Amino acid sequence: MTTNLTRPPGQRVPATAPALEVRGLVKHYPGVKALDGVDLVVRRNEVLGLAGENGAGKSTLLKALVGLVRPDAGEIWVRGEKVRLGSIADAADHGIGMVFQEQSLVPNLTAAENIVLGSEGPGVRHGIYRWNTMRRLAQEQLDKIGSHIDPLARTDSLSFADRQMVEIAKVLRIEERTSHPPVIILDEPTSVLESKEIETLFTQVRRLREFASVVFVSHRLDEVLDVCDRVAVLRGGRSVGEVPAADAAPAELHRMMIGSTGSDDHYHGAAAERPDEPRPRLVVRGLSGRTFRDVDLDVHAGEIVGIVGVHGSGREDVCRALFGAEPTTAGEVVLDGARLDLSGTRAACAAGIGYVPAERKTEGMVGPMSVADNMTLTKQGSRCTGPVVRPRKQAKLVDRWIERLSIRTPDRGTAIQRLSGGNQQKVVLARWLVAGDVRLLLLDHPTRGLDVGARSEVYRLLRELAGQGVAMVLLADSLEEAIGMSDRIVVMSDGRATTEVAAPADGKPTPLDLVKEMV
Amino acid sequence: MTSPADADLEVVHARRPRPRRGVSLRDAGPPVALVVVFGIFAALSPGFRTLSNVQNVLDAAAVLTVVTCGITFVLMMGSIDLSAPGIMGASAIAVALLVANNRNDNDYGLLGVVLAVLLGAGLGCLSGLALVTLKVPSFMTTLGISAVGLGVATLMFAGVQPNVSDRMLAGLAVERFLGLAHLTWIAFACVLVGWLVQRYSRLGRYAFAIGGAEEVLALSGVRVAPYKVAVFTMAGAFYGLAGVMVTSQLGAGLVQAGRGYDFSAIAAAVVGGTLLIGGRGGILHSAVGVLLVTVLTNGLVQVGVSPYWQGGVQGLIVVAAVAAAVIPQRRRNQVTK
Repeated sequence: MTTNLTRPPGQRVPATAPALEVRGLVKHYPGVKALDGVDLVVRRNEVLGLAGENGAGKSTLLKALVGLVRPDAGEIWVRGEKVRLGSIADAADHGIGMVFQEQSLVPNLTAAENIVLGSEGPGVRHGIYRWNTMRRLAQEQLDKIGSHIDPLARTDSLSFADRQMVEIAKVLRIEERTSHPPVIILDEPTSVLESKEIETLFTQVRRLREFASVVFVSHRLDEVLDVCDRVAVLRGGRSVGEVPAADAAPAELHRMMIGSTGSDDHYHGAAAERPDEPRPRLVVRGLSGRTFRDVDLDVHAGEIVGIVGVHGSGREDVCRALFGAEPTTAGEVVLDGARLDLSGTRAACAAGIGYVPAERKTEGMVGPMSVADNMTLTKQGSRCTGPVVRPRKQAKLVDRWIERLSIRTPDRGTAIQRLSGGNQQKVVLARWLVAGDVRLLLLDHPTRGLDVGARSEVYRLLRELAGQGVAMVLLADSLEEAIGMSDRIVVMSDGRATTEVAAPADGKPTPLDLVKEMV
Repeated sequence: MTSPADADLEVVHARRPRPRRGVSLRDAGPPVALVVVFGIFAALSPGFRTLSNVQNVLDAAAVLTVVTCGITFVLMMGSIDLSAPGIMGASAIAVALLVANNRNDNDYGLLGVVLAVLLGAGLGCLSGLALVTLKVPSFMTTLGISAVGLGVATLMFAGVQPNVSDRMLAGLAVERFLGLAHLTWIAFACVLVGWLVQRYSRLGRYAFAIGGAEEVLALSGVRVAPYKVAVFTMAGAFYGLAGVMVTSQLGAGLVQAGRGYDFSAIAAAVVGGTLLIGGRGGILHSAVGVLLVTVLTNGLVQVGVSPYWQGGVQGLIVVAAVAAAVIPQRRRNQVTK
């Protein structure tokens, strides 16, 4: 490790300097500390795994490494030199490139154009394309990874796995900008691949190690351990340690990712004791759609059922499908004995189903509209007489709910976007409560982006609603949250509900029990 | 997602994947429609299937072709351009006042034509600049620039219509080469230039890419703004040329030279297979679209449909064509604005 800043340019960096080093990186977002002093070392010619739960700061860290996020504090060193990365191009100049989780290729261009995009070099002379040169440049990149894709094929005609090869070939273009071995970041590269394709990818990653350093991010810990030399773990925006992959077990990694459990179990409530009902409130049988198949699910009144699964398990789509917001191909959903029409969201609303979307700002609320109007958006009947809005009726109702949920807002006319995240979320929840007819709540990451205080308020509110007999399906932000809040947990994997784990207050499963089923 | 069983049958990378570079059904649709429509009218009307009527159709399509060449690049980016009427009006009056005319002593000839085209390019450039610097949506900026163009044209018009006495300019619309007016050959040249730009220039390819996935360009370190301005500038130049062509046809400069061409050009491009959301289509698609629209107009007249019907019919065709084009993209809860 060198800290010598006075070395004259051009002098060879000591071979001992790591390819990439991060020291004390800090990044604040409003209300959240995404990175809280992260340290990370990427050595030369190694594959470093990066593990961490949702919200651990992985994606913010990666974005900082390619210049998409400007850190508030901390340093990034590349091969013993301190650097400032202001843009993707800056990062590329220093030999750092990233294959993004959502593929970043222009679908209507050829593979060759995508590979050289932004750094065409001799492929474009005076603004005029030289297709032959372009094809040759792209072919060189594809040869590096031994891919047989036709450079002149349109990108959207290639399979997903082939497109990923194109992305890797594209990222390797940064070799043309720097004489040093590059650092390639792969963000969740396996999430949509089949097992055979994953094998091909891993062969590529091992090939990359011959001449580059690789940072490999994946939710699947077995994969991380399979392909990486070393694994660094992030938790809550901090580095919590690293282990050599050779002698680590997924269980050990996971313990590091989630930290000690049971320390903050303030929300570990019990399902309300209810007299046994003749049948579950919600019965789902054989539900299938684009990303999920044959899902069965029962939810009783007053019960919170958590669905857990890794990225790509299809749990979000199941949740949306129950609300009629995602097309289904087969299966039926019965709510309190009545078969539910899944062709749209209106039927679900009318049947007393409420949905709290994960994307609060874009799907959950109308930002510039008032608290009162947001709260009465769905259940118009609660503020209207026929087609006429009754302001006094609305005011009375809204004020009652503001008080009941202790929503902190100057008054009911304040635009909802001016409230804090937690109070916004309470208004979103209240939207389903005002009419008093809610029977089932579908909660898609209801605490996403909320701080600890706001989280526990939401938890308390959900418990209270469960106590009143509302059934809930919860897609939690973290495994801890799923375990703490749920009375029963359904594990989804590759679009199927594979296992069900009971989670009573006096017998909670550990995160490890669940992870075993998830991966 | 394939089932595990299917995945086992697939041999990944075992053979060279076959690229699909052929003509897709959607690309083949408009040309097939053109042939069918042409055939129907030819069968219905003896007047339609004469050589001189085919010449008429091509001559009638000339101005619209040039306007559509410009608008196609804008639509390919996923933007929209409503500035054609204003820019055409300004260049139509400008060229009439710059060549030999009854209002002043100017006689710049070809230079006058070039200046009028440059005026169009300048106005188009303003649209682009307003879009990228002020972040005003192209819908609004181009509508505003259209009004500015009409304002400039009205100022230059100053109440007295400039009649063109320049032989060269007037001759473009009248003199023929191989049976087609010179203006029609200019339109052919524009299509060729547009095609070359689209196929072989970074500007054209990036315009295509911006419509496909603009954020990817940014993530690849490409500065998008200059290309957007350049596309609007190029479109403005095409409109400028179209204004000159109208002046040539009328023998006089008119403020309303470009009236209706915004809608007709968008309609032709869309009918030809250019998507309004960008990233699909191109110059050749648009040329087919122009022919389709022109053949329909001409054919309806030839078979005796009242011209009063035609505006409405054209509108219906456009909405139907757009609806057909977006069917593959439809999904539940889609937000359409």
